[in-house]
Amino acid sequence: MATTEEIRADLAEIVNEVAGIDADDVQLDKSFVDDLDVDSLSMVEVVVAAEEKFGVTIPDDEVKNLKTVGDAVAFIERAQD
Amino acid sequence: MSALAPAPGATHAAVLGIGAYRPERLVPNSEVVDAIDSSDEWIQQRSGIRTRRWAGPEESVQMMSVAASRIAIERAGLDARQIDCVIVATVSHLLQTPAVATAIAHELGTEQAAAFDISAACAGFCHGIAMASDLVRGGSARYVLVIGVERLTDILDLTDRGTAFIFADGAGAAVVGPSDTPGIAPVVWGSDGEQFDLIRQREDWRDVVGSDDRPGSGVMPHLVMQGNPVFRWASFAMAKIGQQALDRAGVSLDDLDVFVPHQANMRIIDAMARSMKLPEHVRIARDIADQGNTSAASIPLALDRMIEEGEARSGDTALLIAFGAGLAYAAQVITIP
Repeated sequence: MATTEEIRADLAEIVNEVAGIDADDVQLDKSFVDDLDVDSLSMVEVVVAAEEKFGVTIPDDEVKNLKTVGDAVAFIERAQD
Repeated sequence: MSALAPAPGATHAAVLGIGAYRPERLVPNSEVVDAIDSSDEWIQQRSGIRTRRWAGPEESVQMMSVAASRIAIERAGLDARQIDCVIVATVSHLLQTPAVATAIAHELGTEQAAAFDISAACAGFCHGIAMASDLVRGGSARYVLVIGVERLTDILDLTDRGTAFIFADGAGAAVVGPSDTPGIAPVVWGSDGEQFDLIRQREDWRDVVGSDDRPGSGVMPHLVMQGNPVFRWASFAMAKIGQQALDRAGVSLDDLDVFVPHQANMRIIDAMARSMKLPEHVRIARDIADQGNTSAASIPLALDRMIEEGEARSGDTALLIAFGAGLAYAAQVITIP
């Protein structure tokens, strides 16, 4: 089972690839929109890449609840259980 | 039972010439932002669009089509009288019948070419190319003119934040005819009607006109679109269709020279290119930046520009992929004429 830190690091890599944001800035307390400047289209790309990477399904309705990197990591952890 | 004569088709078909018509009027973001309470920066960030072309009163669907077609026919080294089939892909010719293709065929001076319209929205041009290739190979026609044309401003709600800054007008045309070698690879196409509502005309015409017991809206039925689900479908599901079209053509990513996706949104183009892992050397059409999204016209317009600017050269291998309302899609590899 991947640790929280491993999921965060993988997600950070995805955010870096999609939006060009330094992976070190992608920390659990950061808001995708307000801190990382990830807009809704980039968020779609991050979600699709995360679904592939972590083998989970993130429904469209759920995406709006993933405000911070921590929210996303927690969702992925739950979905992988 | 009588034995029927077989249709004498060509062994191979190819695109022989491409032409385009862009409306005169260039409309910068500054002209559309007020009605949708937006900004130049927001539009550019969300779509990559800086300007678009909107047709004037004289630039009708027919006029733009004829202008683009004359260029395509000349570049194919043909005379209009040799064109024996005209296919027009459009959703914005507002006279429902007869097909605008018949008037275009007549104005061009064809000798009563078969002529009809197809409705596959943004995917229309690639549907037309697939049909044209099969008509030539099946012996139903020798030289087929395929036109993608839209005057989307007629069905655009200028106050709709989801569409007003995206859509535009224009026409592109291609001549398909017989060839010594395969110039159009097999099409990969399909539809997903479960997502019928994602991009559509808002109302049925009957809702506009109304009836005795129900008053009509009296308002032109505009286009509506759900941006994020469309983005997801186009960027990822369509990237897989692009790969399938390469596989069907027997072309590897390393052999691909040019990528011409429907010019829907620069963000979709970028996401598709990433998703398909296109190598650096592949030149990507980005006509949308100053032309906007012209639906069925976008691929021939983008192709024409790449040829004009030397980004696509004769003999290059190009992947075309078109997708839109339906949801409908079609993709094929062609050789640049």
